[in-house]
Amino acid sequence: MRLGAIGVVVLVHQDLSRSAQAIRHWSQAGCAVVVHVDRAVTSSAHERFLRDLSDLPKVKFCARQRCEWGTWGLVAASQFACEMMLANFADPQHIYLASGSCLPIRPVQDLISYLEANSATNFIESTTVSDVPWSIGGLHKERFQLRFPFAWKSQRWLFDLSVRLQRALGLKRRLPQGITPHLGSQWWCLTRSTVSAILNDPKRPIYERYFRRVWIPDESYFQTLVRHHSTQIESRSLTLAKFDVQGKPHVFYDDHLEILGQSGCFVARKLWAGADKLYTAFPMASDTTRDSTHRSSDALNHLFAESAARGSKGRVGLYMQSRFPHQDPHAPLTAAKYTVLEGFFDLFHDFQAWLSQTTDNKQAQIHGHLFAHEAAVFAGQKTTIRGSLSNSATLRDNNPTAFLTNLIWNTRGQHQCFQFGPHDVQKIGKILPQDSNAQIFIITGAWLVPLSQSVESLAEIHAKALRLHAAESKHLALLRAPWVKAKVHIWPLSQIIANPKLQLHEILKAIEPNAKCPTTVPEINLDPIAFPAFVRALENQGMHRGLAGNLNTVKRIIAGPEIP
Amino acid sequence: MGAWQSYRLRVNRQTWRARATIKKRELSEVCNLTKVIKPNDILLFSTIRNEEIRLPFFLKYYRNLGVNHFILVDNHSSDGSLALLKGQPDVSIWQTEHSYKTSHFGVDWLNCLQSRYGHGHWTLVVDPDEFFIYPFCDNRPLRALTDWLDANETRSFGAMLLDMYPKGPILDQTYHAGQDPLEIAGWFDPGNYTIEPNTRFRNLWIQGGPRARMFFAKTPRRAPALNKIPLVKWHRAYTYISSTHMLLPRGLNVVYDTTGGERLSGLLLHTKFLNTFHIKVLEEVSRQTHYAKSLEYQTYAHALRHNPDLWCEWSEKFTGWQQLETLGLMSKGRWL
Repeated sequence: MRLGAIGVVVLVHQDLSRSAQAIRHWSQAGCAVVVHVDRAVTSSAHERFLRDLSDLPKVKFCARQRCEWGTWGLVAASQFACEMMLANFADPQHIYLASGSCLPIRPVQDLISYLEANSATNFIESTTVSDVPWSIGGLHKERFQLRFPFAWKSQRWLFDLSVRLQRALGLKRRLPQGITPHLGSQWWCLTRSTVSAILNDPKRPIYERYFRRVWIPDESYFQTLVRHHSTQIESRSLTLAKFDVQGKPHVFYDDHLEILGQSGCFVARKLWAGADKLYTAFPMASDTTRDSTHRSSDALNHLFAESAARGSKGRVGLYMQSRFPHQDPHAPLTAAKYTVLEGFFDLFHDFQAWLSQTTDNKQAQIHGHLFAHEAAVFAGQKTTIRGSLSNSATLRDNNPTAFLTNLIWNTRGQHQCFQFGPHDVQKIGKILPQDSNAQIFIITGAWLVPLSQSVESLAEIHAKALRLHAAESKHLALLRAPWVKAKVHIWPLSQIIANPKLQLHEILKAIEPNAKCPTTVPEINLDPIAFPAFVRALENQGMHRGLAGNLNTVKRIIAGPEIP
Repeated sequence: MGAWQSYRLRVNRQTWRARATIKKRELSEVCNLTKVIKPNDILLFSTIRNEEIRLPFFLKYYRNLGVNHFILVDNHSSDGSLALLKGQPDVSIWQTEHSYKTSHFGVDWLNCLQSRYGHGHWTLVVDPDEFFIYPFCDNRPLRALTDWLDANETRSFGAMLLDMYPKGPILDQTYHAGQDPLEIAGWFDPGNYTIEPNTRFRNLWIQGGPRARMFFAKTPRRAPALNKIPLVKWHRAYTYISSTHMLLPRGLNVVYDTTGGERLSGLLLHTKFLNTFHIKVLEEVSRQTHYAKSLEYQTYAHALRHNPDLWCEWSEKFTGWQQLETLGLMSKGRWL
């Protein structure tokens, strides 16, 4: 095997001692190295860097350029270094473009062997503009159509102004003939002949004039021209270099040691300069993942995906110090589906006990009236529940939305079900309909049932009824509004009385999708003769008619669990 | 932002800075080793008073995390705090006998020292009972975090105050100098925090936790604020207002995402509730120096008569940053 089959071009910007370490690895494996040091590096640091590397025979330093992110300087630096490589080293058949914060992960010899086996292949990510999913600053095709004389990082407002101006004036540049814009990772590995063809192309000055004013030319210059000069292209980068959702390069730390070792990649970037363990472990002396069954980049891809999800979507329903979304019309307010029952406690005897028995306690938690005036009635009459959420009414009413979102977030994995009604503190009534996770079941007029058993005078009852009816009407108006996102079921009292089994099955299905039709139903708290009479009496006092639906059509009342 | 509001905030900021400049006279130099500070060093600022027992672990914890230099204001300690700090190679000390209250609870003093020594540095402002943690802190030093923030052009970093407490009555276990306070106060409330946005200063106002649950259940709006922004790439034009809860310019207060994503954030583990709390409370009540005429401290004093137990059935035992990240109290954000 002939050594020195590849030449490495290293672009150095910062962390010079780490760059020197990487260069030493390349050089010791027999590679020819040409180094470009950013002109922004201070002269004292540069001199120290040169001294550090003075013992390496096949390392050369090319003329220095200022390399500002997204500008032509980076391409110019690569060109200088490549020209120097071609002129000074006859051996290398491949040229590998790396940065100072790149580090070989597998043994460099592996890479050399791999490239020898693919001696005519150009490894460069190169995709047409329409196939690229990413864009920075909202610019996509415009990278190639507008002029970008200003730096994005240091002259942002000039940059933005010039983009806006060109858009307004409808200015568009014409592409040089014969090229199709391609984009891809800045880090490539091209064959000697391809690099030489690109650099010695008679039309190079024309291309250069064009690309000088393209935005981020380091991601498009070689990527476009390689298509012009070669057909043997593998459109992928041999360097593992990922960007996050904000377009910032991901950085690797000591805790990524194992994952990087198993990734099977030849070179990785960026490594944090302080990651001592990584710089000690890599490049590996021998490839422990040579047996490719141990090689997997799944763990890495999982990490990238997780980071992207956290950064862009976050955990829905979580409100915390660094995630506080404005109400998004598409996202639910809470973390999981939950069920709100209204009127069932009034109508059915010991409804909470029945529901708790009918549902799986691990799957669902059945609370009482969470928004009762005195205190929140948690399942099992607890004073705190998961999350150390207190049942205190003042704490809850200080921010009822936070109480609800906290409850649902804390108990994710367990379906929450609670009672609500016109007796309760009504503030949350405005919020519930806006939440697409809320499943609301309401029996209208159910509050009449306990009133019908009251021993108070009809006048007192009438006054109470008026108040409760007003609260209920207001609530119903909210639930019937066109913007409601919650799943709302409104049942008149008479309908429930006629066939409770059917409606209760609906509720059970909302809590547990596979719930069977209940075999028993709880006892109804209602006298079949006295109740319609009571409602009529109230109506005669002047109450609104039809509070409980049409009671006259109720042919028979199912009043006990034993009747089928 | 309207020009008028912008102007008013500017005046507000300059007033705070002017006050810090005036308050400089109240500080006398005890031990100034700031000459050893290198351009990239991470600096910690704190005001202390009678913290002899807490200081050994405090210094050890933050040195281990990667703090390069401590700049402390000693507010008239009567214990051995000063003796303990003198002679430490990485601690600079100023002393004052002036009122903690009229200097806005140390804010003026620290603003003054920060503008003088903190410019261009990452600065961490914490109390001696607050322990800063962040995602991956077991493997990545503070420098890794600040490097990432620099690379992402982020100037400030949020870390909510998480009240830690023991299981059992507060006064029952004795804390010893040098001990990790989390060995005693190792429990916290995982999910009862409320957030309200503050439109004027753009920060989030966070309340809740055991103090709201136990001491302020009847008066929730009086419960202490838990939102904090302790880590800032300092510029001399910046100023803290109201402890480390808020800063000006107010853009620094936006340490959260409003479009649904999560920003990287940490926590300050607040180990106030040790047996030493009792002495502090008595002292503060007699000095009347804390917020709202010590109403907060009077509430504590009242509660402490019964040696309260903050622990409840759903308290969580602290096991590491991963747990706090999973619970959603802090977030890894985009940090890989």
